[in-house]
Amino acid sequence: MNIIDRRLNPKGKSLANRQRFLRRARAQIVKAVRDASGSRSIQDINNGEKISIPADGLREPSFRRSADGGVRDHVVPGNKDFVEGDRIKKPDSEDGGGGGSEGSPDGEGQDDFAFVLSRDEFLDIFLDDLELPDLIKKKLKQTESTTPTRAGYSVTGSPANLNIVRTMRNSLSRRIALNRPKPKELKDLEDEIKALEESGEDPERLSQLRVEFDRLAAKARRIPYIDPLDVRYSRFEHVPKPVTQAVMFCLMDVSGSMTEHMKDLAKRFFMLLYLFLTRRYRHVDVVFIRHTHEAEEVDEDTFFYSTETGGTVVSTALEEMARVVKDRYSPADWNIYCAQASDGDNTSSDNAKTAGLLEEVILPVTQYFAYIEVGAEYKDWLGRDSDLWRTYKQAGREAENFAMRRVRVRSQIFPVFRDLFARERGDSAAWRLGEETAP
Amino acid sequence: MSELLFTGADWDFEKVQRAYDAIEQIAKGEMGLVTYPNQIEVITAEQMLDAYSSIGMPLMYKHWSFGKHFARDETMYRKGMRGLAYEIVINSSPCISYIMEENSMAMQTLVVAHAAFGHNHFFANNTLFKQWTDAKGILDYMDFAKGYIAKCEERHGHAAVERVLDAAHALMSHGVHKYPRKRTPDLRDEEKRAADRRAYQEQMFNDLWRTVPKKAAAKMDSQELAERKRRLGLPEENLLYFLEKLAPKLADWQREIIRIVRKISQYFYPQKQTKMMNEGCATFTHYTIVNRLHEMGKLSDGAMLEILHSHTSVVFQPDFDDRRYSGINPYALGFAMMNDIKRMCESPTDEDREWFPDFAGNNDPYGTLRQAWADYRDESFILQYLSPALIRKMRLFKIHDESDSPHMNVAAIHNERGYREVRKALARNYDIAHLEPDIQIVDVDLAGDRRLILHHFVENGQMLDESETVRVLRHIANLWGYEVRLLEIESGTDVVLKTYDDVAPAAEL
Repeated sequence: MNIIDRRLNPKGKSLANRQRFLRRARAQIVKAVRDASGSRSIQDINNGEKISIPADGLREPSFRRSADGGVRDHVVPGNKDFVEGDRIKKPDSEDGGGGGSEGSPDGEGQDDFAFVLSRDEFLDIFLDDLELPDLIKKKLKQTESTTPTRAGYSVTGSPANLNIVRTMRNSLSRRIALNRPKPKELKDLEDEIKALEESGEDPERLSQLRVEFDRLAAKARRIPYIDPLDVRYSRFEHVPKPVTQAVMFCLMDVSGSMTEHMKDLAKRFFMLLYLFLTRRYRHVDVVFIRHTHEAEEVDEDTFFYSTETGGTVVSTALEEMARVVKDRYSPADWNIYCAQASDGDNTSSDNAKTAGLLEEVILPVTQYFAYIEVGAEYKDWLGRDSDLWRTYKQAGREAENFAMRRVRVRSQIFPVFRDLFARERGDSAAWRLGEETAP
Repeated sequence: MSELLFTGADWDFEKVQRAYDAIEQIAKGEMGLVTYPNQIEVITAEQMLDAYSSIGMPLMYKHWSFGKHFARDETMYRKGMRGLAYEIVINSSPCISYIMEENSMAMQTLVVAHAAFGHNHFFANNTLFKQWTDAKGILDYMDFAKGYIAKCEERHGHAAVERVLDAAHALMSHGVHKYPRKRTPDLRDEEKRAADRRAYQEQMFNDLWRTVPKKAAAKMDSQELAERKRRLGLPEENLLYFLEKLAPKLADWQREIIRIVRKISQYFYPQKQTKMMNEGCATFTHYTIVNRLHEMGKLSDGAMLEILHSHTSVVFQPDFDDRRYSGINPYALGFAMMNDIKRMCESPTDEDREWFPDFAGNNDPYGTLRQAWADYRDESFILQYLSPALIRKMRLFKIHDESDSPHMNVAAIHNERGYREVRKALARNYDIAHLEPDIQIVDVDLAGDRRLILHHFVENGQMLDESETVRVLRHIANLWGYEVRLLEIESGTDVVLKTYDDVAPAAEL
């Protein structure tokens, strides 16, 4: 008999099967993922997600008899009081109640089939056909930065790059090879000489030792502890690297007219954008700017949960954003994105200023500016555009990197997001006009 | 004095070895079991799930359905809706038994007795396994199959291979030869033969044959029809075999894949026919062995209790009116029958002597059982050995159910008049020939429209599940390359009950 420990065998033997399964079920999984993202909190999206997909299409059919019809004999255990010839009323739900009911080898009914996707699998599917708008154009415009990457050792270099470990290793091996006397040997010899000198005994030995000491001392001088030959420097090569950093500005109107529902919608949109950007860029900054009649940069908590209220002056937010860009995010180094959420109210005297800022300051430096007008869940717009909507529609008319949408319920967020960032945006005029997507 | 094999729940290799040796002594010395050499492999729960999802084989080609089963099993396991099997055992030589590292030492003892001796003995001695499976060759063959299919995927793409596999899997249960042919299958040669076949065909390839003018299609009369059927070997119930050999549009590699699926199906065919006996044999073996170990003072009371706890839950048989009832538990029935045989050998009643004159009271329970294990399959075993005493004990009764009638009839119960009736009906429920629909290829018009015609011989009015059938027919059509028609025909009267007309292939394979 052999006992073999297989526990350390490579894990994930079923990975290949899992991949085949995911590929097979892709269409259904994509749909399930989209559905899930409509109904769940966006933070969950960043984790793995349990997905239910209908078993249909993943069925493995086989010839089997239908569950009812025909004549059947069953043998069942546990007779209590039946005698031969008794008649039993059939239960309403037709189930033979006997052997052969587990005929199907994979035993799957029509149940939905639930399983867990890993975070990466989920996000891959979730963001599958999204693409950052105008990414290529911007890349061409930008110079590439370089980053130093280790590339072995060299014998020349600046003192800052001196590689001590490698240098000492070389030095040690050279000292061993050339048999450099160790400091301890010299010390011992010196001690012995001193002892003999003091005691005055055995002068012959003393002179012998002196000769020996001189020889070793000379050798130690000839063979330095560290030789220039030993020195090594770490070498770095400068590898060109595309600029992969982005900053996202979240602008939100927090005036009294914004309800919790609206803030929730806005947050969802921002999170989605953030998630999306983090997948595309190595480094993503987020700047939260909230505004009433004045704007300020805040942290995330304050951004979403502050209870401040006041009038609405949209231009202040744009001004604040322009300031932050100027201070910290040079458009030459950063891909700048902006998402603005508002219920569309603005002080009418401010509209002209807002339009001017957008057109002349913001749009020229941003990669993409998305304006999301959030509305109450059950309110109709009655075809009347809000102040801000009209202003933006006018101001963004010519801009390629500007989009505006209306969102009323949670489930519209994802379609709108996809719409804004879909790889092929089709007819640009249609999306820029920002017709409301059907719920 | 205490000679316990182990104390405590933790296991290590030395303890397993010691338990194995003690078990082996009883299994071989007292019960007279003859087994393949054993190989015990310790695996983790995840690996158990892996093995589970690829129908228990340690080597398996890749296919999405295994991924699906893995995903489902894993979800259920994580949720705690289902425990894992404690063991998986493979009909190979050496016989491989997997044990899980999470098991306690008492459970490992149980599993070794159950799998490494019970199942192993059954595999090694049952006539069906001997006749149909090649325990020495199966792992080599699976290795070949896995490699071959991986190569096909590289060469022809995942999707193409998947289409063939999907279709072949749908027909898996109709891919076995039910009756032995002259040659015993030797899986070890398969790989070589596949390579030879291909080499020969490449060698013999001559493009000129393409240019030979074809015979004009002639009208066929019934004599020609008979001749055609004879030449095609029709009717043929092994659908995969027929398609593999004769489907006109398949490429060689596609035929080889069908062949692989067919071989695997054939390999598992005895397993299907002997599930109850096999589990019964293993359960009886472990029960006997652990009891002996306990008697000999080698198992502590605690360990014994733990073992008995899981033993009883395995052989638990709820009554038909219990919420937990889901058919007859093969472990329970098998174990009960084998215990019953042992009882009849050792202390028979007059009734037993009358029913089973051959062995009642012969005082050789293990010999009697060994013979039964060797010579029978579930259906014939029940027909031969199910005793009135056990029918009474399990209170078995037979229900007759006609779909038109609002009532079901109790046709026989556990009394003098009912014993034989119950036994016959139960045996029939285990007869695979009755469990699986009888579907045969009866004709193909090779000169005409090349339509493939199948018949389903309907017994007792039990028709095929419609939506499933259409799907399977689509798979057949994909393999065949032309239209397929299925007639459901009442056996005996030849009345056509239903026609699935001309399912066309959906895609090029």
